[in-house]
Amino acid sequence: MMLHVIDRDGKEHDLEAIEGWRVMEIIRDYAMTDASLAIKAECGGSLSCGTCHVYVDPAWLPKLAPPTDEETDRLAESAFELEDNSRLSCQILMSDKLDGLKVTIAPGTEP
Amino acid sequence: MTTAHKTDVIIIGAGPVGLFAVFELGLLDMKAHLIDILDRPGGQCAELYPEKPIYDIPALPVVSGHELTERLMEQIKPFNPVFHFSQMAEQVEKTEHGLRVTTDAGTVIEAKALVIAAGGGSFMPKKPPIKGIEVYEGKSVFYAVRKRDAFKGRHLVIAGGGDSALDWTLNLQPVAKSITLLHRRDDFRAAPHSVQQMRDLVSAGKLKLVISNLTGVAGNDNGQLSHVTVTNADKTTSDIPCDMLLAFYGLTMKLGPLGAICEKLGVEMKDGLIPVDTEKFETMVPGIFAIGDINWYPGKLKLILSGFHEAALMAQRTFRYVYPERKWRFEYTTSSSNLQEKLGVK
Repeated sequence: MMLHVIDRDGKEHDLEAIEGWRVMEIIRDYAMTDASLAIKAECGGSLSCGTCHVYVDPAWLPKLAPPTDEETDRLAESAFELEDNSRLSCQILMSDKLDGLKVTIAPGTEP
Repeated sequence: MTTAHKTDVIIIGAGPVGLFAVFELGLLDMKAHLIDILDRPGGQCAELYPEKPIYDIPALPVVSGHELTERLMEQIKPFNPVFHFSQMAEQVEKTEHGLRVTTDAGTVIEAKALVIAAGGGSFMPKKPPIKGIEVYEGKSVFYAVRKRDAFKGRHLVIAGGGDSALDWTLNLQPVAKSITLLHRRDDFRAAPHSVQQMRDLVSAGKLKLVISNLTGVAGNDNGQLSHVTVTNADKTTSDIPCDMLLAFYGLTMKLGPLGAICEKLGVEMKDGLIPVDTEKFETMVPGIFAIGDINWYPGKLKLILSGFHEAALMAQRTFRYVYPERKWRFEYTTSSSNLQEKLGVK
């Protein structure tokens, strides 16, 4: 199962994803050995900080479960440079149907 | 020179682990002063997830960050800890008998030992990722209000939709020449009466409300803003002329002066964490301890419960620095009338 992540410099990384893991966790796992993927994700997935913000490739948007009100609120309150395809990567769970998902790390997530 | 407070142990950080350290130190007759950049106890539990449920505190099947903090405050009350809030440890020096800590507010505290329980660092204002904003920071772009007078007679843009943005909008409105409140959506997460007061000012024509995204700043080379640029939902942009911008986008954890403090003391850091031994949770420098999320050792888990354990072991060692002449004695709170007396239950 693959997850494609575009870093802040525009470079694409192909990450081996694990079913049931959050996209944020997969990125963070790879960031331990590749600093270009480092994201702050400071609240650890409790929807409290907005520092794991990503842009989801528009082609993939319809396949994602829609954001909860809490995620929408958190994005609006805490993330920067919001776009229509903005999501918090801690709220996207990897599954078979997301195999090949492509996301871009958004500004304001630097550690 | 300011007179120094004297205590047994200084704790940097009043999060759950720093608070519980007061308890463990207290059982061994050690008094503590705590320093925290926030204006209240709780650290991440207070700032990041006060309302979120925590399920892995032993014997508390579920507890919110706020409630955990309240309970810890109740538990350490018998030991009368002294808190120095809204300040940050800025300088630490070794002295003949221990250490001296000076904060950015000028507070000086002397003690026999220092416990760094700083979690993920200090909570500092989140800065918007806008190119070139650094030029204006501290001159015409601010993330906090230090002196209300600085904004007198000025044209202000206040960005944000939480309590800080609303409180300062209401507070500065009578003295500023004009205020534009800028928020990404017409929905404010602030105290309802503040939101109402803000709406009333808008209706009365005394405050301008703009729903848009802050995307640019412009001004001269000396750091004086001339306007900010906002981008609307339909991608059109417009400029708002102003003298000053106050941006309230919440707080984020930064290591802050702690890196420099550790370097000066000879406390080695590893990827922003402080290595400690797992017997005493002491750093490489005798008398300086690190507990909770800020420390590192093989197998480290960033859990509140691990921090509690670390606090207990740290206190056993600290005792030897504070009371070198006394014999260390291990007792249970269940059975020791000595401990029960300290806790005020006997």
